[in-house]
Amino acid sequence: MTVAALSQPNFFQAKKGIASWLFTLDHKRIGLLYLYSIGFFFIVAAGLGVLMRLELLNPGRDLIDAQTYNQVFTLHGVIMIFLFIIPSIPAVFGNFALPLLLGTDDVAFPKLNLISWWLYVIGALFALFTLFYGDGPADTGWTFYAPYSVRTGTNVSMTVMAAFVLGFSSILTGLNFIVTIHRLKTPGMGFNQMPLFAWSLYATAWIQLLATPIIGITLLMIVAERVLGIGLFDPSIGGDPILYQHLFWIYSHPAVYIMALPAMGIVSEVIPTFAQRTIFGYKAIAYSSMAIAFVGYFVWGHHMFTSGMSGPAGFIFSILTFFVAIPTAVKVFNWVATLYKGSISIEVPLLFALAFIFNFSIGGLTGLVLGALATDVHVHDTHFVVAHFHYVMFGGAGFAFFGALHYWFPKIWGKMYNKAMANLAFILLFIGFNLTYFPMLIVGIMGMPRRYYDYLPEFHEMNMLSTFGSWIMITGLIIMIINLVVSKQRGAKVSGNPWNGITLDWQTSSPPPLHNFDKMPVLPEGGPYNYPDAISTHEEKEKKDDE
Amino acid sequence: MSQEHAFVLPNSGHNFDAKSSKMGMWLFLYTELLLFGGLFLVYMIYRYLNQDAFLLASFELNVWMGATNTIVLLTSSMTIAMAITALQKGNKKLSITLSWVTIAAAIVFLVIKYFEWGAKFEHGYFPGMDHYNELPHGERLYFYLYFFMTGLHAVHVIVGAVFILFVIRGIQKGKVTKDRYSLLENSGLYWHLVDLIWIYLFPLFYLIH
Ligand code: HEM
Ligand SMILES: [Cu+2]
Repeated sequence: MTVAALSQPNFFQAKKGIASWLFTLDHKRIGLLYLYSIGFFFIVAAGLGVLMRLELLNPGRDLIDAQTYNQVFTLHGVIMIFLFIIPSIPAVFGNFALPLLLGTDDVAFPKLNLISWWLYVIGALFALFTLFYGDGPADTGWTFYAPYSVRTGTNVSMTVMAAFVLGFSSILTGLNFIVTIHRLKTPGMGFNQMPLFAWSLYATAWIQLLATPIIGITLLMIVAERVLGIGLFDPSIGGDPILYQHLFWIYSHPAVYIMALPAMGIVSEVIPTFAQRTIFGYKAIAYSSMAIAFVGYFVWGHHMFTSGMSGPAGFIFSILTFFVAIPTAVKVFNWVATLYKGSISIEVPLLFALAFIFNFSIGGLTGLVLGALATDVHVHDTHFVVAHFHYVMFGGAGFAFFGALHYWFPKIWGKMYNKAMANLAFILLFIGFNLTYFPMLIVGIMGMPRRYYDYLPEFHEMNMLSTFGSWIMITGLIIMIINLVVSKQRGAKVSGNPWNGITLDWQTSSPPPLHNFDKMPVLPEGGPYNYPDAISTHEEKEKKDDE
Repeated sequence: MSQEHAFVLPNSGHNFDAKSSKMGMWLFLYTELLLFGGLFLVYMIYRYLNQDAFLLASFELNVWMGATNTIVLLTSSMTIAMAITALQKGNKKLSITLSWVTIAAAIVFLVIKYFEWGAKFEHGYFPGMDHYNELPHGERLYFYLYFFMTGLHAVHVIVGAVFILFVIRGIQKGKVTKDRYSLLENSGLYWHLVDLIWIYLFPLFYLIH
């Protein structure tokens, strides 16, 4: 068998040439195509974020005027949401790792998978295109609220069409994963033997499938209203702007779980591997993903408490929002319990997972402040909200994405990155992140509104801190990216399984061969995280200590 | 390459799996339903807010043309179902004929639609035209939704017909066969969806009084 394994070229070597990448049907290559394209857009939008922070260093105009600032935060938001965070983990690591975790050779529809990537590219080109004609990129904010989005002269229609096409790409990826999970698990693997990342992708895929069409049709209505001038949403011609907000958030709240659930899945993979210990509460984690996906459909109204909503409706949306916190907290407790008395090795992926728990907890708890009717009236549309969603999407999902990158890096390239550099990058990122966004929480409670290039003098200190933080954070990002790019070329070769993981992705060589597995993978006895010589109970541990 | 050395499930994505492709089709139909669902929601809300205007505007539509189209689509749903059964029973020729009949029905539907829309255009009911702009707001909304929803539906009719056309070629080339009919079945599923959406559009725009 080893002979056969050696003679198998890995998936990089299997075919050569640029066309073999652009038209590949291999899920691993498609995952990498996504990684490069998503990474590119992340860097662009992070640059825009730093630019905004620079403008906010001092009150008044430093660098860019009001209109440019409006366009910059819109472009930043649109890229970060539709081109980075929504596709990020599912499209990159879902594609790369899901078939490996399930012990199979590819996703259910490889051609559709390639089409999804091409749709992503087309959507991305649409978004970039807005830069180069007419009045430039949209200035509405990534939410495209009517009536302004109907009236502004900037390129809203094109931006919205970009989001529409990207939505399609997201739907097709979700569809592919659902069928893959139902049909292509390796023999012997049932739903309850599936790794938790697969579970979280499953829950995510249902949201992608059932929520995205709503935003698609809503965005088409915006375009139609702009072109034909019908009063659907614009009140001056008889439309109802609140209806637009409902339609928008019916998708965009569940979309938050498209970002968060896969991130939680990553954390659920990383923690057992680096604690070398069975995950605590496997079923609770798996089913709470489904619960979050389900309840997440019914809370969209919490974005609209201040835009005109009846008392009872506000009350119901508020209560339901609080409910979502429960399955989320279940997961946090399970992760912590998994670490308890595990044999922990503090590697970079684990650090990112722990940072996820820390940041996401702040994001979640500030979310409760926003989900409560009375406090929301005070902090709605302030920098408190900006800090809240960066804590969830960047400190949470973004950090999990980086964690996954460091976790599967040796799997993808068969090499190890420079760990000292990776640690340094992590520390800078973590400190920089919190220094950037924590002051925003404070300044938000003090009353600084979001989406302005200028502010009152009393907010100056906090904004300076925040901008300093963004410099530290960007330094961390640059170090991380350089480290990974250099290590991909020159990193030390590692064995197939450097983390001693037992999920099926680690049973094949690194990088994997074209068809992933030389022979049928062997499921670990008693569940996906049942580490053979791990100490799974408190009593066993004490017994072992006594010996 | 070197498949012998690799572990590949028989129903792998690189092989053919009827169950997977059918499941994929069903999932896709859900997204289609939700796509129209958003429009139905908007229709519901504006109908509730403008009941009289919607009623008045609906008198402008030609119920007979709508009813004819309903019958045409229902019949075509039957013929495509028969085409599937025919193929399953091994009657390739009949299956192809019935598929062509379905496509013909789609064309009849679109021709009738063309005349219906054409009449509306002549009288200036399309959003932005003179007569349209003189209408009260509620009636404008009605016509806007009418064109948006039946237009999007017509696009689906075209897509469905092209899909069936591809399947016919597949049958002729022997790629879609008695034992491997799921592509035809999928095109049938899609066609039923197109039909189903019309079954809702017809009463919503033509019949409610
Ligand atoms: C380099 C890191 C980043 C920096 C420095 C940064 C900074 C900012 C700033 C200053 C704003 C505008 C605040 C305002 O005036 O309202 C903003 C908005 C926003 N950011 Fe970031 N951000 C970063 C990364 C991210 C990431 C990773 C995401 C998502 C995953 C994200 C999503 C958003 C969104 C959705 C908005 C709102 C845009 C709008 O108001 O329409 N950002 N960011
Ligand atoms: Cu929300």
